[in-house]
Amino acid sequence: MSTEYTENTDRVVSPLPWAPGFYPGDRPQIVTSRFQYEDGHTLERYHATGGYEGLRAALAKPPDEVAEEVKNSTLLGRGGAGFPAGVKWGFTPQGVWPRYLVVNGDESEPGTYKDRLLMECDPHQLIEGCLIASYAAGLSQCFLYIRGEMPLAHERVATALDEAYAAGYIGTNILGTDFGVDIVLHTGAGAYVVGEETALIESLEGERGMPRLKPPYFPAAVGLYGQPTIVNNVETLANLPFIAKEGSVAYTAIGTATSPGTRMIAVSGHVKRPGVYEIVNGSTTFRELLYGEDFAQGIRDGNDLKAFVPGGGSAPWFTAEQLDIPFEGPQAGAAGSMLGSGAVMVMDSTTDIPAAALSLVRFYAHESCGKCVPCREGGTWLYRLVQRIVDGHGTDADLQTILDVGQSICPGDMQHASSERLGLDAVPFPYKMTTICFVGPSAYVPIHSAMTLFPEDFDALVTKRGERRSIPVMAGAGE
Amino acid sequence: MSRLSDHNVLVAKEIIARYPKKKSALIPLVHLSQEQNGYVTEDAMRHVAELIDVTPAEVYGTASFYEMFRFEPTGKYLINICGTMSCQLMGAEQLMHHAEDRLGIRAGSTTSDGLITLQHAECQAACTEAPTLQVNYRHRYRVTPEAFDQLVDDLRSGALDDVVPPHGTLARNRQQIPAERAVGAPDPDDVTEGPAWIQVTPA
Repeated sequence: MSTEYTENTDRVVSPLPWAPGFYPGDRPQIVTSRFQYEDGHTLERYHATGGYEGLRAALAKPPDEVAEEVKNSTLLGRGGAGFPAGVKWGFTPQGVWPRYLVVNGDESEPGTYKDRLLMECDPHQLIEGCLIASYAAGLSQCFLYIRGEMPLAHERVATALDEAYAAGYIGTNILGTDFGVDIVLHTGAGAYVVGEETALIESLEGERGMPRLKPPYFPAAVGLYGQPTIVNNVETLANLPFIAKEGSVAYTAIGTATSPGTRMIAVSGHVKRPGVYEIVNGSTTFRELLYGEDFAQGIRDGNDLKAFVPGGGSAPWFTAEQLDIPFEGPQAGAAGSMLGSGAVMVMDSTTDIPAAALSLVRFYAHESCGKCVPCREGGTWLYRLVQRIVDGHGTDADLQTILDVGQSICPGDMQHASSERLGLDAVPFPYKMTTICFVGPSAYVPIHSAMTLFPEDFDALVTKRGERRSIPVMAGAGE
Repeated sequence: MSRLSDHNVLVAKEIIARYPKKKSALIPLVHLSQEQNGYVTEDAMRHVAELIDVTPAEVYGTASFYEMFRFEPTGKYLINICGTMSCQLMGAEQLMHHAEDRLGIRAGSTTSDGLITLQHAECQAACTEAPTLQVNYRHRYRVTPEAFDQLVDDLRSGALDDVVPPHGTLARNRQQIPAERAVGAPDPDDVTEGPAWIQVTPA
């Protein structure tokens, strides 16, 4: 690989060592307000900073008014799909009991790094969010599914749950009302696909974490144990205490009409100050985020920007041409990508593009659950083809085979960004797919983006038709 | 002798009672067995099957899907080096080469003293701190070759015994639900009425 190993001694270290990677800045803080405290995870600090006041405010109103308030806030789900949480809650069928809440804390999308901080640094905020959601939507048991590879988050959330039970916030007759709910901490065991909400439910039922066939499309109708089930992301729920306490008007005053509030974004890769930032939703642009003094402060070593992944490993890539797009779903979609789960990965001009794409193709090929053939077989084919090209043994026929395999996962035009340099127009969202969930397409997305936006980087690596020679077996066999 | 200990059976029963259906406790109980034995044994899977009323094949069927479960003896310390994009961009591959050199083993194997197992891993949700690794799932950030060597020295000398528990132990504390405050987890088939706080106002 051409990338030199970098000694990271000159990189800026987070001012808050207990919240690694997080930079507060002079911006509205809805979900990260307690990250400044080393003891932000304790009930004592939570009480001292307005904790559980949102729950008290919610319990003073009838449940449907609380649900209406959340709907009016247009709080968008932070797991990747960006679906309005209040609308999702409304999909539960009338009169079917019991209903469950499943918290998706299985954060594992490449580049994404926010739910872990929320669970480690402010677990009570998440718990309060779970309680408000359960009260508003009539959910009688909550399962907090945390990714297995996050033991610190488990320890912090377990302690916080114990504190909250003892203080009367969880369990029967919460704060002296009729409202009662249990919150059960559940442990994952390592599987990216479990982040898909129906796979999450399968996993919680003790099964292999494979996504369910659709329809039914929403677990809100048929979910855990066949019952109505709300599945919400950690960051989504962490917004609820603010909305319940301050109201939807205060919430929508931040950000834009279609993308209100704030959201957490992790910027990683070749920037001067990689970090996790809570940004104003809808209006902050990628340029501000990548170059702003308050954010990532520009590309490392004075290099140029080559490309960036705007919304987690599953998102088609952008280049400098798309820097002025704001964090607003429809605009990112029209430009040929998506905002996904709030993760920006930056590649500078020294980047070995095929090798970078390979790291993502390998990830999704590895994480295929095996249920859908186009993903199971296609993802593996893509991985092997790209590996061969990166190793220097590829041919131009391999490039064509990659596109052919891609067509069997995502038939038709694959979305990508525009490129003035190459005379390409953007192909907007959405793409077609032959798989149940997005793992299959996600194996194709990075290599398709890389080959579309930087064809010369691949042409330089492969042997052309007419120039091909046989490859010694030993050279091809090296893993 | 790798069935769950008497103490862990009590823990297991408490965990099972938290779920409306017993099988939901499958993954937490396999974790419990891995915490006890360092890896997942056949006897432990049989025992888990007994506890939640499923067949041993169902336990293995589910457990084998998940990467954290290991079915053969594993080093006391499992070092996972992340190789996904952000870490790849910041030199994960070179870090892996260094780690293999330093330990004298290839990724996927265990040192001859049984102390350290080295693995390639995927995204560890610490992308801004690349390159990262986890030792028994405890994060290490911005890992240089020197920092890796220091980590290995510290693991060998026991200097990190207080910080990094042996492989299999995840969280060092467990949620305790006080019986007097618990709502309980009835089987959904036994629930007919809505929750008490949801008043359906008569028309």
